[in-house]
Order: sequence, then structure tokens, then C-alpha cells
Amino acid sequence: MKPQDLTESLHKHPFLSNMNEELLKTLTSCASNVIFSEGTYLFHEGEDAKTFYLLRSGRVVLEVRGGERGQIRIQTVGAGEVLGWSWLISPYKWHFDAFALEQVHAFAIDASCLVSKCETDCHFGYEMLRRFSEVLERRLEATRLQLLDVYGSAISERGENY
Amino acid sequence: MTDTSIIEKRKGSSLSMVPSLATIRRVIWETDDTYTLLIDPPRGDGRTFAFNAGQFNMIYAFGTGESAISISSDPFRSNFLAHTIHRVGTVTSALSRLRRGDTIGLRGPFGSSWPLEEAVGKDVCIAAGGIGLAPLRPVIYTLLRRREEFGRIMILYGSRSPLDLLYRVELEEWSKAPNTEVIITVDRGDSSWKGHIGVVTSLFSYLKMDTPSTLAMVCGPEVMMKYTCEELERRGLSAGQIYLSMERNMKCGIGLCGHCQFGPKFICKDGPVFRLPQIKDLLDKKEI
Repeated sequence: MKPQDLTESLHKHPFLSNMNEELLKTLTSCASNVIFSEGTYLFHEGEDAKTFYLLRSGRVVLEVRGGERGQIRIQTVGAGEVLGWSWLISPYKWHFDAFALEQVHAFAIDASCLVSKCETDCHFGYEMLRRFSEVLERRLEATRLQLLDVYGSAISERGENY
Repeated sequence: MTDTSIIEKRKGSSLSMVPSLATIRRVIWETDDTYTLLIDPPRGDGRTFAFNAGQFNMIYAFGTGESAISISSDPFRSNFLAHTIHRVGTVTSALSRLRRGDTIGLRGPFGSSWPLEEAVGKDVCIAAGGIGLAPLRPVIYTLLRRREEFGRIMILYGSRSPLDLLYRVELEEWSKAPNTEVIITVDRGDSSWKGHIGVVTSLFSYLKMDTPSTLAMVCGPEVMMKYTCEELERRGLSAGQIYLSMERNMKCGIGLCGHCQFGPKFICKDGPVFRLPQIKDLLDKKEI
């Protein structure tokens, strides 16, 4: 894919909606197209987080190694979503395994390239951090809701079933 | 109007305080702790049992007590009623032990209903969590029965785990209906689950809604509804385009006893289905 085509494709991804052209070009210089086959791992827990992904199609499930409980699946990420922020935060290691439930088409963004751009262009760096903060906030909120176990049988769900 | 006159006015109406006898036709276990009672409706006075999607009945387990349960069957099929019930307390446990041919007491139908006529010509987004799919099932039946009258149908359903999903066969059937999407998510899944994992609000990422022409109907645990309404508003729906079904511990079912008071409203009489602006200010008040 030509850089111009890649920029146009990136621009359609919801994570980058309304990003101005100049910043988008900067991001494009760190981006590439990748495909993962169904049943393969995108990354493993503990590995260096050198990339993040903007998913275009397919779904990825995040897994935690649960010892005797085996792999515990905690979240799926699909088309239009962002996969991975460990590249942004020390110690820059993946915290989960990421498994492709289907064939996945994604943009891979090279973290070392991106970090260097962020450091040299504060405006770009702020824009990336702002967008990632929104993703982090949403994921944190979702995780809290998951922890509440709102469908649990210990409480009446609808107040009606006494 | 005095309380006495209200009671007098309602005597002889379908809102009687006296239960009618109804017979269990079949018990279907949907999950380990949730079952559906198929009931032959009361016909003593020769009438069929008409109800609107979203209404509830008071179901009486003789010798144990009464509980408000949403009607989960097809409003167009008046020859039987379905109530899907989560077994969590004494009444719902007693009801779970009933078998074909057993008798229950039934009062109703009570309460407000989902805005199906307002939804005509619009896209409909249904967001359900857990047993909250049960009060919305009559809506889905109606939308699909009158399919050409509505736009796109989006059904988002969240459950605790794959084993806790209700109406699995129907979910599959609904997904095959024209211009209808069914997206299911679970809070926890194992490696055999190939669907989504995450909270129901995360499913909105996969929808591009035509927000001006969409009506949303939400039902589930209160905290799930709160976050879902926030997400819908974040995506551009106005509060007036969102309806939700509230529940409290209802007793009389006709707004007399006050058990289900929700601020200035009675859930049984003014609800259970509300347009969001009617109750939005009350959702965050812990005293209510």
C-alpha cells in the first residue's frame, strides 16, 4: 500500500477520526498493514511491547494465564478498536496474551518510531496521549463494571424476583 | 380522589386485587437458575389475556407469596403467557418447583409499556443485560412480526457467562431476520466461547447508529442501564430517545401500597417503562 493510501485508510479508523492531516502523516510514517491468521497469537504476556494495533477487521481476545485454571479470557477487541497500550507505559511489556479469534486485519504502529515522533513533536505527542487516555478511561470504566458482577445470582437483578 | 374511591374504581376491572387462577403448561429451564413458566392464562370471564410489551403480572405462589414478573411472551399470541424468572428468593424458588398442571394466582397485566408505536419508521436499538432480555422479548417478537414497519433492529445482549445466556435458539433466529443485528457479549468466557467478552456498553463500538432516527430500549440491572444510557447519549442519542424499564419490590401492583416508590413515581403504576428524562435525576440518588 502506498503511503498516501495508507494515510487515507488510517484516517477512516475511529481512533484517528478528526485527526488533522499533518499529524496523520506523521503517524503514517510509523504504520504498516498486518494480517494475523485465525488461531495465532499477536503477542504474549511478558514480551516487549513494541507495537500497538488499530484493528480493521476480525476479533482478538485478551487472555490471562490463570495457572491451573488455564487461559482466562477477559476481553475481546474488534474492528475499529485499539489493541495495546503497554508500549506507552513502563516497563513496556505486554500484560496479556492476544489471540486472534478470526483472521485479523490491522494497522501496526511501531512504538519506538512513534515515541520518537512524540518526543520531537509535542503537539503530536499530546494528541496521541489524549486519544489513548480516552481509550484507557473507557477500558477502566468497563473493567469496573465487569468487576461489579452485575448479573451475579447473589443479588436480585431486577428487584422483581423475590 | 380518596384511596377508597380508587379501589372502588378498580374493582371489576382488569386491575383487580384478587388473583385469578392460571395453570402451568410447561416449565423451561433457560439456565441453572433461570426458568420460564408457560402459563395458560386465566379465562374465567371468557376474555383472552391481552397485554402490551413491557407490562408485568403479579404471580402468586400459593402459601409463599407474590412477586412481580415481566411478561416475556409474544403479545400476539394470547393463548399462553410466558414469564422468565430468576430464582433468587423464596417466591421465585417456590415457583421454580411448580410442574405442568400446577396452579398459580395471577393478577395483571400492570404497568406501562415499551413505545412500539413511537418506534414505527425508526431504527430500534435494544440493549439488554441478564434477565433484562425477558421484558424486551415481547418487543422483539413485535418488531419482527411487523418487520416492514421499522428500520434497522439492533439487539445488544450482555450476560455473565455463556451458560447464563437466555433464549439461545431465539437469539440465533433473530440474527437471521432482515436488517437485524444481534450482538452478544459475556463478562467471562472460556476458550470454548468464540463471541465477545466485555460489558454490554462495549458493543456500541461495533454499531454505526443513525442517531436521529433511533429509539433505544434498555433493560437490565440498574447499574448496567445507567452506563448504557450514558453510552447512548455519548453516541448522540438524546435522553428523550431512550426508554428503560425499572424494577422495585412491587406488592399491590396498582400504586396504592408504596413499596415500589421511586422518588415521586410508583414503578408499578407510572412504570416500569420510563422515558429517560422522567427518571434521569433519580438514577444517581443513592437514597432512592
